[in-house]
Amino acid sequence: MSRLIPFIGFLLLAGLLGFGIWWNTGHDQTAIPSPLINKPAPDFKLPLLYEPTQTATRESLLGKPYLLNVFASWCIECGVEHPVLQAAAPTLGVALVGYNYKDAPDDAKAWLATHGNPYSLLMADTSGQTAIDFGVYAAPESFLVDAHGVIRYKHIGPITPEVLDNELKPAIAALPQEPR
Amino acid sequence: MNPTRKRRLIVVLLVVAAATVAVGLGVFALQQNMNYLFTPSQVQSGAASNHKTFRLGGMVKAGSIQRSKTSLLATFTVVDADGAMPVEYTGILPDLFRDNQSVIATGHMDNAHFVATEVLAKHDETYMPKELKDAMAKAHKDKPMQEGSDAGGSP
Amino acid sequence: MTPELGQIALILALLLALAQSILPIVGAWKNNGAMMAVARPAAFGQGFFVVMAFVLLVWAFLHFDFSVQYVADNSNLALPWYYRITAVWGAHEGSMLLWIFILNVWTLALAFFSRQLPEAFAARVLGVLGIISVGFLAFILFTSDPFGRLIPMPPDGGDLNPVLQDPGMTFHPPVIYMGYVGFSVAFAFSIAALLGGELEQAWVRWARPWTNIAWAFLTCGIVAGSWWAYAELGWGGWWFWDPVENASFMPWLVGTALIHAQAVTEKRGSLRAWTILLSIFAFSLSLLGTFLVRSGVLTSVHSFASDPRRGLFILCFLIFVVGGSLLLYALRAPKVAGGKPFAVVSRESAILVGNLMFTVAAAMVLLGTLFPLIGDALNLGKISVGPPYFGLLFPLLMLPIVLLLPFGPYLRWGKGEPQILKRVMLRALLAAMACAIVAAFFVDGKLKAIAGVAAAAWVAVGVLLYIVKRWREMPRGRRYPAEMAGMLFAHAGVAIFLIGVLLSESLSATSDVRMAPGETKTIGGYDFRFDGVRETQGPNWRADQGTVTVTRNGKPVAVMQPQKRTYTREQIQTESAIDPGVTRDLYVALGEPMDKQHIDGAWALRLYYKPFIRWLWFGGLMMMLGGFVSACDRRFRVRRTAIVDVAEPMHASVLAENRT
Repeated sequence: MSRLIPFIGFLLLAGLLGFGIWWNTGHDQTAIPSPLINKPAPDFKLPLLYEPTQTATRESLLGKPYLLNVFASWCIECGVEHPVLQAAAPTLGVALVGYNYKDAPDDAKAWLATHGNPYSLLMADTSGQTAIDFGVYAAPESFLVDAHGVIRYKHIGPITPEVLDNELKPAIAALPQEPR
Repeated sequence: MNPTRKRRLIVVLLVVAAATVAVGLGVFALQQNMNYLFTPSQVQSGAASNHKTFRLGGMVKAGSIQRSKTSLLATFTVVDADGAMPVEYTGILPDLFRDNQSVIATGHMDNAHFVATEVLAKHDETYMPKELKDAMAKAHKDKPMQEGSDAGGSP
Repeated sequence: MTPELGQIALILALLLALAQSILPIVGAWKNNGAMMAVARPAAFGQGFFVVMAFVLLVWAFLHFDFSVQYVADNSNLALPWYYRITAVWGAHEGSMLLWIFILNVWTLALAFFSRQLPEAFAARVLGVLGIISVGFLAFILFTSDPFGRLIPMPPDGGDLNPVLQDPGMTFHPPVIYMGYVGFSVAFAFSIAALLGGELEQAWVRWARPWTNIAWAFLTCGIVAGSWWAYAELGWGGWWFWDPVENASFMPWLVGTALIHAQAVTEKRGSLRAWTILLSIFAFSLSLLGTFLVRSGVLTSVHSFASDPRRGLFILCFLIFVVGGSLLLYALRAPKVAGGKPFAVVSRESAILVGNLMFTVAAAMVLLGTLFPLIGDALNLGKISVGPPYFGLLFPLLMLPIVLLLPFGPYLRWGKGEPQILKRVMLRALLAAMACAIVAAFFVDGKLKAIAGVAAAAWVAVGVLLYIVKRWREMPRGRRYPAEMAGMLFAHAGVAIFLIGVLLSESLSATSDVRMAPGETKTIGGYDFRFDGVRETQGPNWRADQGTVTVTRNGKPVAVMQPQKRTYTREQIQTESAIDPGVTRDLYVALGEPMDKQHIDGAWALRLYYKPFIRWLWFGGLMMMLGGFVSACDRRFRVRRTAIVDVAEPMHASVLAENRT
């Protein structure tokens, strides 16, 4: 019987390691929630990409929920996420607002011309100043803002089909039911 | 007692003695050195009040890093979803330390701020700062790779 | 075309590994000579294809074949050729290929040198190694293909992780894998013995040189890793109790216990079941190390990109191999305590105490390493135990071993002679105290340093006295057989290591300082003058390079040039400057500029004075040398005749050993 002790000990260890794998797939050890979640989005006033004389502000976007998508023409990952967004935009249930980050307007327009433009509104932050208030560190990042201008969900990195189905859509479904 | 039995008894006694000492020491050492990780909001809600030394984890608030003009003292704010905690640290910050970086600081509370004795920065693989643009555009690939480059420095 | 060839080579290797694992084991069971005879050709064939795959990947790196995803990820046009070779094992996929490559090196060596072993036994050993090969080849092919294509081919690639762009990294992974993987041979011998129900312990003698060589490689790998951490991570430390370091250290602790237990089993027949168990543990811990590094279950300085699928695969393999062998152990391990009886004061007892300490230490390290996971599992919160836990327990566990060390060679098998032991103890004690008193004057009363000198003297005098004794009493040519010489080397290495650890830990002076150009700071009697920072360039990096001029009492000592490098992909890497010396290292690392806009202004600098630190690596290398030397002992060379004579209960060498 005592010869079985190592085997039993090992089974316990294996159980612990199995738990570790399971736990890590569900919990990102490094993930730290954005300080902005459930907080009002920061104030901003940004020119539109195609009509630089007009601006969009936090207030002008109030009343309807929207997904703010930070992208740039220099960002390779954005090219990965773009087809996903483009396919999902019509059925998303919220407006897709583009946030062009640290980009030359001509580059951005050329990029959108080749890749397609799923955005219902496009703002340009050429200097990246406003992005600091949003805590944007790099592109792509996406913020889900509800009708009251409160950030409800944030995703860092490209939106993949998995992220779309498992995180973004549930987050949209969980928005307070209001006229969309 | 025949020699085989005697030997077996010695072996058993040795094992039992060693195991007892080891378990006792192990429990003691674990109790002394358990190191909890808290986020600023947990600290503010009093979760860390029973722990003299603990690890504070969160993101460096953008624009909060300040260096003293005369010494190696650095102050910055670590934030999480619902809280913020000012941190003081004297020494050299890791290579990857910057705004919006996930960091883990080890230290203790001194009144309302946290005094860190050690700061570790974790590289986040999903980030792609604009500065990488040129190198990345050249490489033209669909996957930023940063395998295991979180060696910001473990002391 | 090359990548596809590599892939085909791996698939063929997998098929041959399957043949190598199933046929010989079944053949040995059914006593079918033809099936057993498959083992060697299959091993040679598998080796051929694995070497081919490995060479093809090296080729792809040397020829900038960026159409291979792995090459494109880990190298670029600016990377020098020697780092393009090390890039082969710079990330997950390639390092697995290195793993299997080295497993094949061991298998080939075994296939070559095992012709003198009984046929069935050799077939089983090669079969077990084949099973391990199957697991890892399948792992590579299904989860981590190094030859995956990248279409379209990019004009230039990514970069090798800059922390790996260091000469130490060139040989650290291959050497440490030689050790890790080498324990698979001891493991295979044990499993073969269990499968075959070997009643005699002859197989232990055949396993010993292989175990010693694997252990020596692992020792060397750990020394190299520690040196790399010291030189490259910029923190001046040599051991961090990081999960991945622990992953290599646990097999070493158990392996150290194993090489001693094997000596007991081979010569006296005692501890047979324990020896088998230890060889299973040593290899299991190597596998566990692989699991920890690659599953992302624990975060660490050197974790590879984690992927739960890979973790799951290794875990399943771990359960199959380790669970299977422990079950086999439970069913087949020798039930009767065999061997010759031994008294409380005997070499067996001393080795047993050492064995227990090493095993408990390994368990302690395992507990500390997995503690964050246990915290998650029991919902205790985010907990970890830091270096203080290990720093408290480890020395306590090693203390009995250090105290017993001088007596080892003097203790006889079976029953030791107390008078001789008392004499040794008295002399060693006197020497230790004398050295401690002398040392006390030099280290201004630092207890740890004094203890280090005393412990080193204690061990060293024990070793020296024995060397003198053999010289006097034995006829020429028989004084120091290789096995004994190896033991003496390794034990002397312990003394040197103790000096290095305890003196450098207690006497080091560290200072993180802010220095403007022209400013001088004094540490450990050395004056460090900061001469400012300027920009410089390397083949694939640019750097801020500081100049620090060190003088002592006005005499120049060294000009040190620490760097803060920025590699192709904007990764920042601190490159410290080290002025080495026998009695001290000086170490300077650049922190950051106080004003980011003006790098020619004041900087944060880290200055160290580290006395005797080199001794700890030198001690480690002595231990390694001991492992290699003892493996060369003529007794271990298996000859046909030898097999007959080991079946006898006591052979000549044991008698000779007893007479001394």
